[in-house]
Amino acid sequence: MSSNNPNKEKILLIEGAGCASCVGKIEGALSEVSGVKTASMNFAQRTVLVTGNANEDELLGAIGSVGYQASLVKQNDTELLDEKEKSEAAYYKRLMKEMTIALALGIPLMLYGLFIGEMTVTTNPERISWLVVGLLTLGIMYFSGRHFYVGAWKSFLNHSANMDTLIALGTGTAWIYSMVVVFAPDAVPLMARHVYFEATAMIIGLIDLGLALEIKARGRTSEAIKRLIGLQPKNARVLRDGEELDIPIEDVVLEDLLRIRPGEKIPVDGVVVEGNTSVDESMLTGEPMPVKKISGDEVVAGSINKSGSVIFKATRVGKDTALAQIIEMVKRAQNSKPSIGRLADVISGYFVPVVMIIAILSALAWLNFGPAPALAFAIVSATTVLIIACPCALGLATPMSVMVGVGKAAEAGVLIRNGEALQTASKISAMILDKTGTITEGSPKVTEIQVIGDYKEEEILSLAASLESGSEHPLALAIVESAQERGLVLSKVANFEAIAGHGVEGSIDSNSILFGNEKLMDERSVSIEHYIASAQRVASEAKTPMYLAINGELAAIISVSDPIKNDSVEAIKRLQANGIRVVMLTGDNRATAQAVAEKVGISEFFAEVLPEDKSNKVEELQAQGEIVGMTGDGINDAPALAQANVGFAIGTGTDVAIESADITLMRGSLHGLADAIAISKATLRNIKQNLFGAFIYNVAGVPFAAGVLYPFFGLLLSPVIAGAAMAFSSLTVVSNANRLRLFKASDH
Amino acid sequence: MLVINILGFALISLIVWWFWLYKPRNGMVVKGTVPITVNNGVYTPAQVRVMAGEKVTLSFLRKDNSPCSSIVQFNNLEISEELPLNKTKDISLESLEPGTYPFSCQMQMYRGELIVEGKADE
Repeated sequence: MSSNNPNKEKILLIEGAGCASCVGKIEGALSEVSGVKTASMNFAQRTVLVTGNANEDELLGAIGSVGYQASLVKQNDTELLDEKEKSEAAYYKRLMKEMTIALALGIPLMLYGLFIGEMTVTTNPERISWLVVGLLTLGIMYFSGRHFYVGAWKSFLNHSANMDTLIALGTGTAWIYSMVVVFAPDAVPLMARHVYFEATAMIIGLIDLGLALEIKARGRTSEAIKRLIGLQPKNARVLRDGEELDIPIEDVVLEDLLRIRPGEKIPVDGVVVEGNTSVDESMLTGEPMPVKKISGDEVVAGSINKSGSVIFKATRVGKDTALAQIIEMVKRAQNSKPSIGRLADVISGYFVPVVMIIAILSALAWLNFGPAPALAFAIVSATTVLIIACPCALGLATPMSVMVGVGKAAEAGVLIRNGEALQTASKISAMILDKTGTITEGSPKVTEIQVIGDYKEEEILSLAASLESGSEHPLALAIVESAQERGLVLSKVANFEAIAGHGVEGSIDSNSILFGNEKLMDERSVSIEHYIASAQRVASEAKTPMYLAINGELAAIISVSDPIKNDSVEAIKRLQANGIRVVMLTGDNRATAQAVAEKVGISEFFAEVLPEDKSNKVEELQAQGEIVGMTGDGINDAPALAQANVGFAIGTGTDVAIESADITLMRGSLHGLADAIAISKATLRNIKQNLFGAFIYNVAGVPFAAGVLYPFFGLLLSPVIAGAAMAFSSLTVVSNANRLRLFKASDH
Repeated sequence: MLVINILGFALISLIVWWFWLYKPRNGMVVKGTVPITVNNGVYTPAQVRVMAGEKVTLSFLRKDNSPCSSIVQFNNLEISEELPLNKTKDISLESLEPGTYPFSCQMQMYRGELIVEGKADE
């Protein structure tokens, strides 16, 4: 099926195309391949975009025939991930091989030096045998350490210096000095005629080992994203022209009808059109309970169909599915760096040349003031300083933890926009929660209609619903739904006007109708004083009373109740236990707000807040010195979310990446909020440990290597130990970041 | 000994000059898409010069296996992108203000800079 798609795009990466004239040749060769519709090359990018249904091998062959090499660019996440893993595995294998060979020479040499003989050059036969060892070491340097020397040289030409520079200089110094001893022992004082070939071989071997282990550990830091990518099935079963076909998911188009059987993963986003089932969305939203789906309900790619077989219509495919967007957002956030890492970046920028200078100063100090053999001490200390210094640990400290932390959050259904949001979330001291939809379900129901005068309940409800039918306010929806449930007919409304934060007005059958809160009634001088007590009773039950007036006379009080989410109380307790000042914000009347606040254990609240004033309330808390988090639905609360130090949007399951929010909670539960804060705190703690460890390691290691302890304790570090320490310092940072994977947000 | 000390300090001065003080201003001002290869610990070219206000696309091709090279970040533009191995990754930048925008790997070992030049005062 896929091969019949005439507009399928393939991107080829061309190697060896050095001149613009290659373009015509390559495009010409490709257009002759059968099935190619168009072939156009982007010379700057060295890529060719080919459309049509041509065979991949034939395309590569055609490019080969005109003298270039090409490879197919994989585009989907799964393929990219596979390829990344493959190339990392190959690199790991190569490093392990290089390590084995380097240590195969280094370890016996080191043991010899430790237990058997002196590694010094005194006699001519010794010169010859050490020359052989020196040449073998040169072979190791070429085979196992070539990448360090090439990298060091290239960056030197570029006026920059990196890890490779330090390793190349350290091992190079040791080797060159040893060779000088072998070739011209007389140029060196007798006591300093020591060779350090074992140091060169061991350091190269150990650092290769460190790099290899680091690759493995790094792979684990991206497990969360791998799991998300793994949620995407490869194939989908579509119904086309009365037939059921299994096709690759890239070929599913909008409006396709797809069949899903129990136990299968949902391949693209869509709407159920036939059948009913329950779907496990936990891997996307963190919501553990399966969600029931009937005709008309949305299903999302990556969730697992549990019980029934359904047919659904594709509404979002490819890069547009919620899952694809989550993956994209998580990837982006994982790569971004919070400001806490900036200082380390600045230091890393100057690090290598500074270490080179320290190495020279250290050598000079030994030569000037050191005991005999001063030259040997100078060489050892300079080499050790170069080798022990590790800018990598410093540079890795922040990104590795962010990688794991953001992934961990995604597993809990919390999408963090970037590293900065993660860092600020860890410092939140006050959290504002919007009431409707955040603390409560956000789906209010009419619970009571108190009729005043000669009207009927149905009449009142019909008027209220007619008036509210144009409004999107959750309370309005409750009224309209209730009227629909009773099968009431709605009337036409003239002169409709919504008065923000107050209610609505309009005329129906030449009667002027007002529907809204106490403020609205006061403003329009509708007398409600006899009914205030009854309205307050309603409010004290955490329900919202709304007044309906006909031609300036109060006609009814309609009570609407929005149930509090099951776990709100507990989640709010978790926030408070973490020392966060929790404040509720609502447009609702004071009495209702107070009742809800009391029920959920919040002592501070802002009631009767107009939508446009929500962000002022955030500012108010900020003026008190608080780092403010604001949680809302992300649409009505957008300005307040933007004003807050961290804006949290509470999703309804699958609305991802809400624009105005720094952090999106995929499930409705406030536990997501507590999880987000717990994870960000844990991540920041982890970053600080890493940064602290990396700083201390370098600050203590470099002077130790230079020999500051020698005058007092006679201690001087061996370059081999320095190599081991350096190799494992980056590994330690990555492993510490991996520890975050075991963090359980729900315990905090 | 004096000679050795002088040599030592000369070497230190050379390091300071080569790595910090020396400011190459060679690259030509380019337009449109600029290919940048990531290999052997360096970005080639490591300096890209463009005119202010013009859209520029940096097309990174990573040939280096080292995991360090897998991410390129522009710290003062808040851009951070993963570079797939042996594939191009485009980073488009629009209407930048004149100035120097360094880019690097996460560990600041691979380093390059994008220099945005102001319109010449004629």
